[in-house]
Amino acid sequence: MPYQIVVCGGLAPDPLQTLEPVTTPTGPGLKNEMMLPAVFDPWASHALYEAANLAKQHAGSTIKVVSLAPKAKLQQVMMTVAQKVPFELVPLDGPIGGFTDAASVAAALAEAIAAIPGLDHSQLLVFGGWESATRGAGAVMQMVGEKLGITEQFLAVDELQIDGGALVIKERIEGGRHQVSRCSAPPAVLAWATGNLPEPANHPQTGMANMRAMMPALQKAKPASLTTALTFAQVALPAVTRETRIVKDVPAADIAREIAEWIKQ
Amino acid sequence: MNPDTPLSIDAKPLDADIVCTGFGPAMGGFLTTLTRGLQEISETPIESRAMPGLPPQVICYERADDIAFGVSGVVTRARAIKDSFPELNPEEIPMSTRVKEEKLVYLLDPHGASRRPALMKLGDQVFRAVSGLLGLEHDGFELPYCPDFLHKKDGFIFSLGQFNQWVGQQVMMTGLAQIWPSTPVAAPLMEDGKVAGVVLAADGTEVRASLTVVGDGPVGQVSRKLDEQLGMPEGHRRDEWAVGMKMVVELPDHCELPEGLVFHTLGYPEPEIFGFFYVHPGRVASVGIFVPSWLESPVRTAYRYLQHFVQHPYLWRYLKGGRMRSWGAKSLLESGRRGEPFLAGDGFARIGENSGSTNVLTGSGVDEAWLTGTQLAEAVLEIYREGLPFTKESLEAKYVARRRASWLERESKVAENARNGFQRGVLQGFLGMGLAGLTGGGFFMPRPKHDAEPRKPEEFYVGRLSRSEIERAKARAEREGKPLHDQLMDLCGWPAIEYDGQLLVSHQDALLMGGKVQASGEFPNHVVFRQSQVCRTCETHLCVEICSGEAIHVSAEDPAGVPGFDREKCVHCGACLWNCPEANIEFTAAPGGLHSAEN
Repeated sequence: MPYQIVVCGGLAPDPLQTLEPVTTPTGPGLKNEMMLPAVFDPWASHALYEAANLAKQHAGSTIKVVSLAPKAKLQQVMMTVAQKVPFELVPLDGPIGGFTDAASVAAALAEAIAAIPGLDHSQLLVFGGWESATRGAGAVMQMVGEKLGITEQFLAVDELQIDGGALVIKERIEGGRHQVSRCSAPPAVLAWATGNLPEPANHPQTGMANMRAMMPALQKAKPASLTTALTFAQVALPAVTRETRIVKDVPAADIAREIAEWIKQ
Repeated sequence: MNPDTPLSIDAKPLDADIVCTGFGPAMGGFLTTLTRGLQEISETPIESRAMPGLPPQVICYERADDIAFGVSGVVTRARAIKDSFPELNPEEIPMSTRVKEEKLVYLLDPHGASRRPALMKLGDQVFRAVSGLLGLEHDGFELPYCPDFLHKKDGFIFSLGQFNQWVGQQVMMTGLAQIWPSTPVAAPLMEDGKVAGVVLAADGTEVRASLTVVGDGPVGQVSRKLDEQLGMPEGHRRDEWAVGMKMVVELPDHCELPEGLVFHTLGYPEPEIFGFFYVHPGRVASVGIFVPSWLESPVRTAYRYLQHFVQHPYLWRYLKGGRMRSWGAKSLLESGRRGEPFLAGDGFARIGENSGSTNVLTGSGVDEAWLTGTQLAEAVLEIYREGLPFTKESLEAKYVARRRASWLERESKVAENARNGFQRGVLQGFLGMGLAGLTGGGFFMPRPKHDAEPRKPEEFYVGRLSRSEIERAKARAEREGKPLHDQLMDLCGWPAIEYDGQLLVSHQDALLMGGKVQASGEFPNHVVFRQSQVCRTCETHLCVEICSGEAIHVSAEDPAGVPGFDREKCVHCGACLWNCPEANIEFTAAPGGLHSAEN
C-alpha cells in the first residue's frame, strides 16, 4: 500500500554557533538570528529519514515536507537536506527560533497540509519530531493532528513497522520503557524521537531531482499567518560550565573517575 | 501530489550549462552578475543550451557544509563590490561596517624571544630610548605615515562568512542558480584535452556542462588537478604562501575601541609575521596573523604565535578579558600574478584566489577575486548573446582580455615583484615593498636565485640553542607525541601561555569553541601520505608543525615516521600541501571542516 507521508519540520540555529537571547521589538529572539547558519530540526530530521525508509519499501509512496521558516534561510538549508532523501517541499515563510506560539504554528502547518492537492486520508501519515530543538514544547504535532481530525497519535516514536497493512508503533513511555501499539490503518500522526536510522549520505542527484520543484515552490512561498497572545516573562539559555585543564600521564580510568566526580558536584 | 516522485536515483550523468566549483567572493561576483544578466528583459532571452526552452542551468558546488563557513575577515576597499552594489548598506550584512580609521603599528618584542635582525634590534633599542619623544606606548609605535598603497579608507570591514551568506541567499532567490554546500568536487571531467564538466566526490556523478567555472580557492581540488594536467604558463609558479589564522573576539567591557577601527601590525611575534586587528559592530573584533612561507623557522606554528600576538601589550590592553567567539585558519596563495595559471581553456575559466588575483603588495584579495567573477560573468553573457561556443578562443577574447584591461592587471603588475626582498631577509623585504609601492612597481628588489626555505632547527637556532638542547627537545617531542615548536619556543624565551579559558585556550579547545570543527563519516581520510619512506627520511616534519588544527600529528606507533591524521580536527586549510618539501601529501576533496559563520 502506498503512503502519503507529510513531514512537519522547521529550522534550528546550528547548535555549534554562539547563541544569545535578546529582546527584539516583536518579542524575544536570538542575537543575529538570521546570520547564524541553520540546520533542519534534528527531531524532524529523524522523522524525515524514517519517512524515506518507509516510502522506499512501499512503491508509489510520496513524501512532502511542510516547513515554516524564513524562506531565504529555508532555501539555504534545503540545499543540504534535499541531498539526503527524495521529497517535495511545501514552504511557509515565517519566523525561526522557537519563540512562536505552538498553537499558531500548528494551525499554519495544518492549514498547509489540508491544502495539499489530492490528499487522501486513507493513505496519510503525518510525521514530525516529538519536540523541536528550538523550544521543546512537545505540543505542535498533537495540535496538527487535532486540526486535521486525526485522532490516532503516537508520541516519541522510535520504530514503525507495517504488518499486513496495520501500523505497529513503538513509543517511548515513562520509566525508560517502550510501548508497542497496533493501529489498523492510516491516517495517523507519528511524532518521532530518534528512530533507528542513521543520517543518510548526501546524494547530489537526489538533491538535483528534489530541487526542480523546490526552487519554484520557495519563490512562491507566502507568509504564514501567525497570531499569538503569548508573552514571555523571561528568556535564558541553559547554563554551561566549562573547565579546561591540561593533564599528563593520567590513565583514562582516572580521568573518567574525575569527570564523574565533577558531574556529581 | 506527484506520485512519480523518484525515491531512488542512479548516479547517471547530469547535464547543466555552467557548473561552478567553490563558493567564495569570486563565485559570488560571478553568480551575482550572471543572474542579474539572465534576468534582464530582452527580445531574445538567453536560453539553455543543455535544456532548450529553459534559462541556462547554473550549478555551483561548495565543499564546506554551509555557504557561510568561509574563513576570512576582510578589510577591503571594495571597489568592485561597490560597483556591483552601489547602494551597499553595511547594516544589511551582520558584522559589517565602514572603515573609519586605520593605524599602521610597529610592534616591539617585549620578551626578546623573536629572531630579529641586528639592525632591527638596534632600532628597537633606539625606539625604547626615545619612547617619550616618539609616542611609543605599550611597546607599539604607531607609524605616522601609512603608504597609500596599503590603505583601505572608504572601504568596508566584513566577516567573509556573513558576506558570502548574504550574497548566496540573494543569488539563490533569483531561482537562476543553485549553490550546493557540502558537495565536494573530486576532479574536472577531461575529454580530449577539454574540460567537459566535473566529477562529484560523493558518488562519482559526472556533471556535464559547456562551461566549468573554477573558483575553489588557493588549495582547491579542481584547480590542482587542472594544474597537473595543463601545467603553468612559462615563468609562472606558485611559490609564496601564508597561513592566515584569526580569532573573532567579543571585546571586554573596558575596551572602548570604536567600530570601523583597523590596526595593521608588523614586527611581532616574528618580524616576518604581519598582523591585523579590526573592530566590527557590536563590540566584536577580528584579530589574526599571517605566517608566510618565507619564514625560515622550522617550527611554524600559527596558533602559538597567534596567542603571543594577542598578548602583545599594545593589543592586550584592549583584549584582556575578551572571549573567543570564533577561530579559524586558511592558506593564502601569495604568489600574485606570478602564480597565475592558464585563466581559460576549452570549456573552462578560472577566477578568484587560485587564478592569481590576490594583490600581495596591498594585501588585498577579496575585492580582486570578486572582480574576476564579475568579469567572467560579463564575458559569459556576451558569449551567450553572440551565440559563441565556450572555447579557449572566445573565453580569452571576452574574459581574459577584460581582465588584462582592468585595474586588477595594472595593480597586479605593480605588486608582482614587491615581495622579492623577503626571500633575502625581513629588512630587505620591507625595503622592497616600499620601493615597489612608492614607485608604482618601477623599482623593486631582485629575486634571489634561491628562495628562503625552512631551515633545520640546528641552523635556524644557531647561536641561540645548542645542538644538544635541540636533540633533547626532539627526543622529548617524539616521546610525548607532540610537535616540536612548543619546546623550542620555550627554550628561546617565549613565555608559557597562561590559559584563561576564554580567549587563551588550548589549541584543541580552539577547535571546539571557536572552529566547531566537523568531519563527515561518509568520506575516507582526505589527507594521505603517499610514500611512507619519504616521511621516514624527513627531518623536519613541517606538516606536523604547521597543521592549523593539530590534525596531522606525531604518530604514537611511528614517532619518527609517517604522521597520524585525525580528520575530525582538520580545518581544510591545506597548509600541509605547500609545507611538505617532498610534495608527499595527497589532499582530496571532502566536506566538513570549520562550522563557524563568523569568520
